[in-house]
Amino acid sequence: MSFSTMLAAMGEGMLRTCAIFFLTLLFSLPLGMVVMFLRRSKIRVVREVTKIYIAIMRGTPLMLQLLMWYFSPYYLFGLSIRGYRFPAIIIGFAMNYAAYFAEIFRGGIEAIPQGQYEAAEVLGYSKTQTFFKIILPQVIKTILPSVTNEVITLVKDTSLAFTLAYNEMFSLAKQIAASQTSFVPFVVAGVFYFVANYVVAFVMERIEKALDYYR
Amino acid sequence: MILQMKNIQKSFGELEVLKDISLEVDSGEVVSIIGPSGSGKSTLLRCATFLERVNAGEIRYMDKAAVTTNAQGEAVYVGHKELADVKRYFGLVFQQFNLFPHYSVLKNIMDAPIHVQKRNKDEVHEEAMALLKKMDLEQRANAYPCQLSGGQQQRVAIARALALKPSILFFDEPTSALDPELTGEVLKVIRQLAEEKMTMVVVTHEMPFARAVSNRVIFMDKGVIVEQGDPEEVFGNPTQERTKQFLRHYQR
Repeated sequence: MSFSTMLAAMGEGMLRTCAIFFLTLLFSLPLGMVVMFLRRSKIRVVREVTKIYIAIMRGTPLMLQLLMWYFSPYYLFGLSIRGYRFPAIIIGFAMNYAAYFAEIFRGGIEAIPQGQYEAAEVLGYSKTQTFFKIILPQVIKTILPSVTNEVITLVKDTSLAFTLAYNEMFSLAKQIAASQTSFVPFVVAGVFYFVANYVVAFVMERIEKALDYYR
Repeated sequence: MILQMKNIQKSFGELEVLKDISLEVDSGEVVSIIGPSGSGKSTLLRCATFLERVNAGEIRYMDKAAVTTNAQGEAVYVGHKELADVKRYFGLVFQQFNLFPHYSVLKNIMDAPIHVQKRNKDEVHEEAMALLKKMDLEQRANAYPCQLSGGQQQRVAIARALALKPSILFFDEPTSALDPELTGEVLKVIRQLAEEKMTMVVVTHEMPFARAVSNRVIFMDKGVIVEQGDPEEVFGNPTQERTKQFLRHYQR
């Protein structure tokens, strides 16, 4: 197998890896915001249930969670799980990352001084205006470094999709390495993750710089 | 009468912070509230501006009731919409300025008139620039709060409050976070507003300022108004022993 054939074979896996990555971000960021609000709810039951959810998501391996999401419709309800592989992966990743993002958002929100809310209230801003115009922009600035960490972890975590026998890039690398008795696919995989994360770090640094105009 | 507060009671748990306080402020009046820490001065302002809820009492602005007391002696606030209407009558300047750090000086001033009062943008811009000129900050319109000194930030905060055209402006220890040099420039602005007959209530530890600028001084201690009246009377010839004792600390 020539190097270019190998690359072509892995290329398709890279697209799948990217799909997991972007879809996870697309769903987990807004979902994390919702979880954060539930975690800060005035209603005690809501708060406690959300805490349990976060504890489970953070306290058990993502690999195990993926298996649970994929197989539970069959084992619990006897439903067919044909064609459910990719949705299960996205649900598993999004639910897991939402828990982490929720806690990052919560930290950011709680770092905003009470005076900002009071000033907004006295100036007559509505609750919604206060959140979107005054609080959220400042939260985004404070949480960016933590979010970067999480996003970089996600790039590498996409390889966990192999648990559900989904042919993302790393699964393919292992298969090709085994069939060709070659170490090269692993090197290609390593370079891929490294470059992807370099791009992530670069983009996030740009955003941080863009928000550097105030403290 | 711009503000009427009657028989205000406020407790934090067991601690009674305001015990049956009444305060009336007329149009054009400048009222200074002095007193030791923990006397309830700031709490009184925070109750007047609805940042804290009173336990009992009445609050009216321009004869519109915002808070009344029911037969059980509990405070009842008017609905959300009515309260929002009443809120338009006052502005508040904080000890810690509380400017929005991600907005430029100009946006800090213009944003609420445009997005809360829904006023015309060009008109608001013109007024904001006039306010900045008055605060001697027209050069800093595009600066961000972090680039300004504390005194400059506080003057922006005053301009931000004035941009909403309040009938009464409250100051909660406006110079307590500033060094003496910067204190002067903020007091100068407040003095200028007093000359223009802006109705103001100022909680302050700046005794000479309170004496020179206000029409009335209120001395509070332990949640009650101990003494109030003409500044020359209160400072020059206080009748209450507690007032004398407090003022003695400032005559060094």
